Amino acid sequence: MDEIVAHARRDHPDEACGVIAGPEGSDRPERFIPMLNAARSPTFYEFDSGDLLRLYREMDAKDEVPVVIYHSHTATEAYPSRTDISYASEPEAHYVLVSTREPDTHEFRSYRIVDGVVTEEQIEVVETYMFAHTGADDVPDNG
Amino acid sequence: MAVTVSIPTILRTHTGGEKAVEAKGGTVAEVIEDLESRHSGIKDRLITNGSLHRFVNIYVDDEDVRFAGGLEAPVGENSNVTILPAVAGGMR
Repeated sequence: MDEIVAHARRDHPDEACGVIAGPEGSDRPERFIPMLNAARSPTFYEFDSGDLLRLYREMDAKDEVPVVIYHSHTATEAYPSRTDISYASEPEAHYVLVSTREPDTHEFRSYRIVDGVVTEEQIEVVETYMFAHTGADDVPDNG
Repeated sequence: MAVTVSIPTILRTHTGGEKAVEAKGGTVAEVIEDLESRHSGIKDRLITNGSLHRFVNIYVDDEDVRFAGGLEAPVGENSNVTILPAVAGGMR
């Protein structure tokens, strides 16, 4: 979560984007992969098509899927736009939006987008999934 | 001449859940027609009004077909064709 916000701040005023990959079927976001916004735009983001192919090949090789797909909105709220919804094509993914319109505070929200229907979901922050998984700390693991 | 086509999650409803299927064809358009003959409905998810859907990327081996002749891009023997939805969006 901190890394997503840092990436969004770094690329502001352009939109930032990326994924957090995790083992297929686990729903655990484990590997943070910031992506280049090929559109380099304050109002649009797009993974470069070559980067996209390399990303999916790499995830396939590791039996991973994109558990989280994130991007920032730089002037509007952290809610999926019509464009976001029309492009959303990973029904299993959590679409995370962070808004950087305010310099000191950020909005950080997560959604499922399935067949054009947006459902907001609660976010639970765990320190690391390694600890959460083994019970080695006292962060609740309700996953 | 068979090529392997990688199918993204969102289109696996058309392939009975298969991640990769075999197809035949010398161009991307022919490969899509061949897919459609066995996986009905997949063509409409890829092509609108005769052109590749804006939200979809198709690669022959490592090449995005948008930069290689579009639907007429040649598909060689033993090529890998990869279909991936674009990951994109914007604030409007």
